[in-house]
Amino acid sequence: MSAPHTFAQTAGGREEQGNRGQVVRLNVEQASYAYSTSEQSAPTFTLGATSFQAREREIVAILGPNASGKSTLLRLITGTIAPLSGRVELDGEETSRLDVRTRAQRIAVVHQESPIVYPALAGDFVLQGRYPYGRALRFANPEDIEIARNALAQVGAEHLSKRTIGELSGGEKQRVILARALAQQPRLILLDEPTLHLDIGAQVELLERLRQLSKENRYTVVVVTHELGLAAEFADQVVLLQHGRCLRVGTPAAVYQKELLEQVFDAPLDVELGPAGRPRVNLRARRGEDIT
Amino acid sequence: MRPLTVKRLLWTCGGLGVLLLASVVLALKIGAVPISVTELILDLGRIAIGRANELPTEYRLIVFDLRLPRILLGILVGAALSVAGASFQALLRNPLADPYVLGVSSGAALGSILALIFAPGYALITPAGAFLGAGATIAGVYFLGRREGQLDTTTLLLGGVICMSFFSAIIMFLMTTLSGRDLRGVAFWLMGDLSTPVSAPMQWVFTVGLLVGIGAIYSTSADLNLLIMGEREATHLGVEVTRVKLVVYVSASLLTALAVSASGAIGYVGLLVPQAVRLIFGSDYRLLIPASAICGAIAIVLADTLARTIVPPTELPVGAMTAMAGAPVFIYLLRRGLR
Repeated sequence: MSAPHTFAQTAGGREEQGNRGQVVRLNVEQASYAYSTSEQSAPTFTLGATSFQAREREIVAILGPNASGKSTLLRLITGTIAPLSGRVELDGEETSRLDVRTRAQRIAVVHQESPIVYPALAGDFVLQGRYPYGRALRFANPEDIEIARNALAQVGAEHLSKRTIGELSGGEKQRVILARALAQQPRLILLDEPTLHLDIGAQVELLERLRQLSKENRYTVVVVTHELGLAAEFADQVVLLQHGRCLRVGTPAAVYQKELLEQVFDAPLDVELGPAGRPRVNLRARRGEDIT
Repeated sequence: MRPLTVKRLLWTCGGLGVLLLASVVLALKIGAVPISVTELILDLGRIAIGRANELPTEYRLIVFDLRLPRILLGILVGAALSVAGASFQALLRNPLADPYVLGVSSGAALGSILALIFAPGYALITPAGAFLGAGATIAGVYFLGRREGQLDTTTLLLGGVICMSFFSAIIMFLMTTLSGRDLRGVAFWLMGDLSTPVSAPMQWVFTVGLLVGIGAIYSTSADLNLLIMGEREATHLGVEVTRVKLVVYVSASLLTALAVSASGAIGYVGLLVPQAVRLIFGSDYRLLIPASAICGAIAIVLADTLARTIVPPTELPVGAMTAMAGAPVFIYLLRRGLR
């Protein structure tokens, strides 16, 4: 990814789409949303019009501090909520209009770790990814089993298939959850703070793997995160949010400006350009004097 | 990877079916009048081919007119409560959920009693009242147990316990003030008892209701496997969460209502049986539901046999037996879950 691409304006996006010869897969166009407790009352949270586009094999990072609207944007993309204005399209179809089954065949969502009530074998857990393709009681056919095996192999977790989820480490569990998403054979993979409970080695491994998988399997990947460093290193595009407003869309190099990031994340930061043209972010300690 | 196959499902259920048959024979044999097993099996065969009138009258009266209907009722009640328990566990994502512990059984009992007081004499009024009572209670407990949009285990169980003791108090009050009316006893409603026979048309209602309820829940069993992971995840994997929850909620209330209106609030079966089945056969609901139904039937048949023979000639309510076995298991599961 060399040329910087900013898709805030749709026209510009279209033009570049032609240049690059790849089809736009995910199109978020002036999408907005508002939460309110009742229809009459004023909204408690709003997400202002947000636009970006993503092609296959691309990784988009949705970046912002807490309560910036990241989860709302994620829900708009998954189609579980419909935008108040604007549109969210996957291959030209509005995601919120797809029925729940079709949606699960096209979009896989990897959530922050949720508590497991009953332990399942990792292999059976991955097979759950075949659910949107099955009928009635969904007994697994040989093809499903093959796909689940491949999914485990792609995340390097074949050896875990007979272990129960409960006995896996954080990193191993995250790989198995990713394998289930792959078994859905989606076009778009969304990850919600996937690195939250991982140590740094596992974080890098996960994102390396995502980058490789998106190349091989032509996935579009959207990662919601507040990890500035990881987004800079792995994302092709960054969508920067603050207080429910979309501030900037573009390559990490274009978005990562010292003053902007300091203001959004409310912390003193140093931004420098790394060897591969990707920005590096360092936290600068306040040393006590300028805390007010 | 060890996905469930149709073959494994059928073999497991077949094996459990044989065990159920064995427990029925055992329950027919044991009692104040001893009867030999070989004779029993031969006689069961004779009944099956429609030659029941060849049997000696007195013997037929004891074994097939007294013991057998009670056993069959036990089978219905055990299957209903176990499947209801397994369903509530998925619906509430809580391994400790059970119609009794959640207060749903007491709600159903209160519903039946109120129905008997205000509209006596109508057919089906007892199960209908029980159904309304059960449905209202589980809805109430569900909302009591919600905190910031999430179901909280402790709050949920406390909500259930509070409902149970509140309803029990009202039942006590009604039973005391209205004594003399034909409302059956306090022990029946609060502890559960299989000694009251069910009329022939009601037997049909119970059987059909049971099959419909279990069938409806079974049709969602693949969805329940995902629902138990969390509603959000289930949605993203293609489960129609609202529809599944509604089906399971109505069906589980129906099953609880049927069991309670026939036998009062028998406790802990819905907790104990699905947990045991999970330990042995795993947590796949496609196997868990039918296996729980059969094992629940076995559990009640055996518990009731014990209840009517342990201190002869007195009979204990079957609920006393299940509570004695169930309460320690409940505490064990609670402690294990808290760790």
